[in-house]
Amino acid sequence: MTQDSPYPWREEGATPFIKIEGLSKRFGSFTAVDDVSLDIFKGELFGLLGGSGCGKTTLLRMLAGFETPTSGSIFIDGADMTHVPPYERPVNMMFQSYALFPHMSVEKNIAYGLKRDGVNRSEISDRVAEMLKMVELSEFGRRKPSQLSGGQRQRVALARALVKRPKVLLLDEPLAALDKRLREQTQFELMNIQDQLGVTFVVVTHDQEEAMTLSTRIAVMDAGRFIQIGEPAEIYENPASSFIANFIGSANLLPAKILERHGGVAVLEHSGSKRQFKVATDSTQVGDTPTLAIRPEKILIDKAPLNQCDNQLQGTVREVAYLGKISTYRVETDIGEIIEVTAPNQVRPTGVGHKIDWDDSVHLGWNADSAVLLAE
Amino acid sequence: MTGKRSRFLLTMLCFGMAFLYIPIILMMIYSFNYSKLVPVWGGFSTRWYTTLFQSEEVWAATSLSLKIAVMNATFAVMLGTLAGLALARIHRFRGRTLFTGMISAPLVMPEVITGLSLLLLFITLNQMIGWPASRGITTITIAHITFSMAYVAIIIQSRLAGTGQDLEEAALDLGAKPFRVLWDITLPQLAPGMVAGWLLSFTLSLDDLVIASFVTGPGATTLPMLIYSRIRLGLRPDINALATIIILVVTIGVLLAGWIMLRQQKQLANRQ
Ligand SMILES: Nc1ncnc2c1ncn2[C@@H]1O[C@H](COP(=O)(O)OP(=O)(O)OP(=O)(O)O)[C@@H](O)[C@H]1O
Ligand SMILES: [Mg+2]
Repeated sequence: MTQDSPYPWREEGATPFIKIEGLSKRFGSFTAVDDVSLDIFKGELFGLLGGSGCGKTTLLRMLAGFETPTSGSIFIDGADMTHVPPYERPVNMMFQSYALFPHMSVEKNIAYGLKRDGVNRSEISDRVAEMLKMVELSEFGRRKPSQLSGGQRQRVALARALVKRPKVLLLDEPLAALDKRLREQTQFELMNIQDQLGVTFVVVTHDQEEAMTLSTRIAVMDAGRFIQIGEPAEIYENPASSFIANFIGSANLLPAKILERHGGVAVLEHSGSKRQFKVATDSTQVGDTPTLAIRPEKILIDKAPLNQCDNQLQGTVREVAYLGKISTYRVETDIGEIIEVTAPNQVRPTGVGHKIDWDDSVHLGWNADSAVLLAE
Repeated sequence: MTGKRSRFLLTMLCFGMAFLYIPIILMMIYSFNYSKLVPVWGGFSTRWYTTLFQSEEVWAATSLSLKIAVMNATFAVMLGTLAGLALARIHRFRGRTLFTGMISAPLVMPEVITGLSLLLLFITLNQMIGWPASRGITTITIAHITFSMAYVAIIIQSRLAGTGQDLEEAALDLGAKPFRVLWDITLPQLAPGMVAGWLLSFTLSLDDLVIASFVTGPGATTLPMLIYSRIRLGLRPDINALATIIILVVTIGVLLAGWIMLRQQKQLANRQ
């Protein structure tokens, strides 16, 4: 069955687990979610990524049942959930604020959902203990949420949402309140849990790095619509627009015009300087005016000429940002554009004259297949 | 802030406080005065307290006032909590702004007008449906509930407005039906507010003279009414004693209510 494939979305005709069809939500005259359709498959860890106010939370709240869609429908595991109230959905949500019940102990918080389902007492205590163990809070069961640290509260919230073994777990910026180290640790924990339990996760985030680390697939949202859906690498390497290229990572964007095309390689002309570059492409026509996008880490930088590269530029370093494992250089080039380049710091920059520094003149180079063309 | 200015402010504060509290303190001191003439100090004594406890009239008025205060506080908390919940939690129902305004109107309405309008209401009702047959404890209680409830509603509403709906939504999400959510999540959160509202309603009712005078009938004399009628016959030391006791009870009530509200505010701050 297609369900067993680790990449069901790559398969034609696979049955989606969550099916969102033409879903819209309007608040008065304002459209927060605008006619989105999406298939999410069983066991996915699906990332919803987008800037502030683009409608991520609203979409999630519609999945949880807190918000009634203005139009469209939601199916989960084949059942129409569009008008089912939240307490009857096989869906649990972990709130951005954690929303732990302050007057109940950690144990009671986790047990609450099971009690409402009428699970018998001994099973409740077993499952609560099991959950506490999983989030490594076994000694904290008797405490009140106010007696826990931020990271511990967050783990309680996760345990509470998972204990009912929902078909779908919704997470709204689950890690936003944590520091970087704890966040990375929790990201891995989340991925482990998802692996163990096989629950389908939908995770909202506006941190693109987090989305890339966690997700099997990402949907990028803007102004209530999906502008690209795909696997992290696909979105990073083949962004659909310059907005996405800059939103996910950063990119050097050069306006250009296609002059000629031989097979998979086109020759184009930079609009400003009329300098010609080669780029791998299979869809553009001669005469098109796309944007050439090159990721900073795909450009080589050296003091010596880089003759092995398909495309070369010369320039002067205007800024250097030393970030430890990599450095970022902003180079003023001979085509009149500032190009950003990142390079790993493989050698400790001790010897004077060895490392690249402010005002050094440098050569930049990249190959035809390192850059992509964006239609807009 | 400069030293001079803060000293000035401090002086003003002392003056204000003195103006407020010296009369009360004087009254309390004179309630222990042996002399029958109020302004003449005749040595320390508790004889007026004894006199007070021997007076049947005082006992009757006290018990009436307490009955009214307890009933008032209980009903006001129930109704006020419901009103506060509706105001804070029901989304944009028609006329919500009007309702919000109306609920706080009794707080600013002159008591004389509230009293008069309630009296008219009771008279009209009596003529139309024969109820209330006579005015007394029932009518006073109803009148007190009308304004106490407004205080409770506002306490509850402000408490809820500050919290957002996350907790309730989390409970819904975990499978609790809306009524269950109200019982398990919303009411426990509101408990301190409800206790504070009860105490406040209790003291408001115990205090009230004007509205009670309007809507009372023959034979129903509350404590404030008793004091007022006796004072009109001249200052009397036993009234000082009675007033001292009332002040004590009211102060304890208000302090307790304030303390509970303060504690709940701190809890709220801790949660964020
Ligand atoms: N109840 C509401 N009434 C009116 N407008 C709303 C309501 N809820 C959300 N909106 C609007 O809908 C838009 C999308 O909101 P949403 O909370 O989904 O954004 P988001 O993508 O989660 O943003 P963030 O990353 O800041 O959390 C916003 O412009 C917001 O102002
Ligand atoms: Mg949001």
